Amino acid sequence: MSEELRKKMAQSIIDGDVDTAVALAKESIATGMEPMDAISNGFVAGVNEVGDAFGRGEMFLPELVMAGEAMKAAVATLDPELRKRGTERRKLGKVVIATVEGDIHEIGKTLVTIMMSSSGFEVFDLGVDCPAEKIIGKALEINADIIAMSALLTTTMIRQKEVIDELEKEGLRGKFKVMVGGAPITRDWVKYIGADGYSEDAVGAVVVAKQLVGAVD
Amino acid sequence: MNKFVERLKAGEVLVADGATGTNLQKVGLVGGIHTEDWVFDEPKKILDLEKAFVAAGSDILLTCTFGGTRPRMQGAKHGDQVYEINKRAVELAREAASARDDVLVAGSMGPIGKLLKPYGPLTHEEARDAFAEQAKALAEGGVDFLLFETHFALNEVDAGLEGARSVTDLPIVVSFSYDRGTRTMMGVKPTEVIKKYEPMGVTMIGANCGTTLENMETILKEYGSVDPGFPLWAKPNAGIPRLVNGETLYDVTPEQMADFAKKYVSLGARVVGGCCGSTPEHVAAIVKTVKRKKDER
Repeated sequence: MSEELRKKMAQSIIDGDVDTAVALAKESIATGMEPMDAISNGFVAGVNEVGDAFGRGEMFLPELVMAGEAMKAAVATLDPELRKRGTERRKLGKVVIATVEGDIHEIGKTLVTIMMSSSGFEVFDLGVDCPAEKIIGKALEINADIIAMSALLTTTMIRQKEVIDELEKEGLRGKFKVMVGGAPITRDWVKYIGADGYSEDAVGAVVVAKQLVGAVD
Repeated sequence: MNKFVERLKAGEVLVADGATGTNLQKVGLVGGIHTEDWVFDEPKKILDLEKAFVAAGSDILLTCTFGGTRPRMQGAKHGDQVYEINKRAVELAREAASARDDVLVAGSMGPIGKLLKPYGPLTHEEARDAFAEQAKALAEGGVDFLLFETHFALNEVDAGLEGARSVTDLPIVVSFSYDRGTRTMMGVKPTEVIKKYEPMGVTMIGANCGTTLENMETILKEYGSVDPGFPLWAKPNAGIPRLVNGETLYDVTPEQMADFAKKYVSLGARVVGGCCGSTPEHVAAIVKTVKRKKDER
């Protein structure tokens, strides 16, 4: 019975079906399923499946976005139950994410935000064209585990390096893991600027982030 | 009849220009500056590049208006002069075009940069109105046709066509960017694009930017599988860029690009050119290869 419900939960995420995800979340509450069980063993399985299908080139951006929406709705429905039990969803870590200064590309960064949030990270999205001080300031304020930066232009990639240099200068480099992404970003670039990780897409970014906070599944 | 349509009907193969962005970066365009701001601030640099393409043999120049929709120009220095920027960009292209007879000017209309609902914040009406405003300025500036390029989402192009058609009867070319191999990032396939937009009366369908020259070949074949005779537009990157010591390098040589252009023509392309990384030298090589008389090809 529970197993069937968990499968349906995963499927609602794969289908990106917000209404069904919410209905299943309510059903799980009514039947006394532990909300963390519903999230971790039900809905998240769907997120993982969508991520895998994306990696195989079988799903695309719309499916990721809709899966993210369904996940958000499911977690929001279960949230009051989690709070009642004092077992809020265990966060994998805190992430500050932004597109770097001088760059207004939004879509990739937002997608990473969606996938990280869906997978259990607490993500603070600072938007686009974000200066180094603001990124570092926010990371300090919330005691972030990861700083993630997007740059879509070969002319703005250098800002990723500037943020890392600034962290070094302030003696803060050891405090945060730094991830970078964006169309022109390569492994060589990551090595050159001394970032801790990168990914070519939003799904890979989740895998890398998990590794960086030691939450490999 | 419209000159562009006339020449296509006559069976002519036309060569478009090369890249705007990557070439302007070589003369000082840096991140954070909207390329369209240069229409007012550095018109001579745009003009020089366009003149170089005309000298290389381009039959079609694209206006420097790729990001010239109002939402995308939010935060640009001249973001409150969307109409003026677009119109002025046409004048610049016209001036460059005048160096040779019969050079056509296409009004470039790229994506707005935000996704449409339900995947993002933009409404259909907002997108439609943004494209209508840009199309009106480009039409009144005097372009020969409108070019929706580097698009990836059907709903955005739908809104764009509706907007453009509400202000002008100019011919329209629709060109998608297939940057996940032969699918766009929204998962759109070439066959879907041609099945959808050919019946809507667009003049050409095509692809630009994207990934490799080989993938462009596959994409054209997929278009051709739906309607073998339909005129196609092909404007690929000069390969995938590499970053070496902070410098972006495109490895595809003018000769390699020209060889592929010839293949594209054999697959139904009636306009060929280059996107990111393509220089006037690339265009000259393409011209040399595809502009020979039909029986020599």
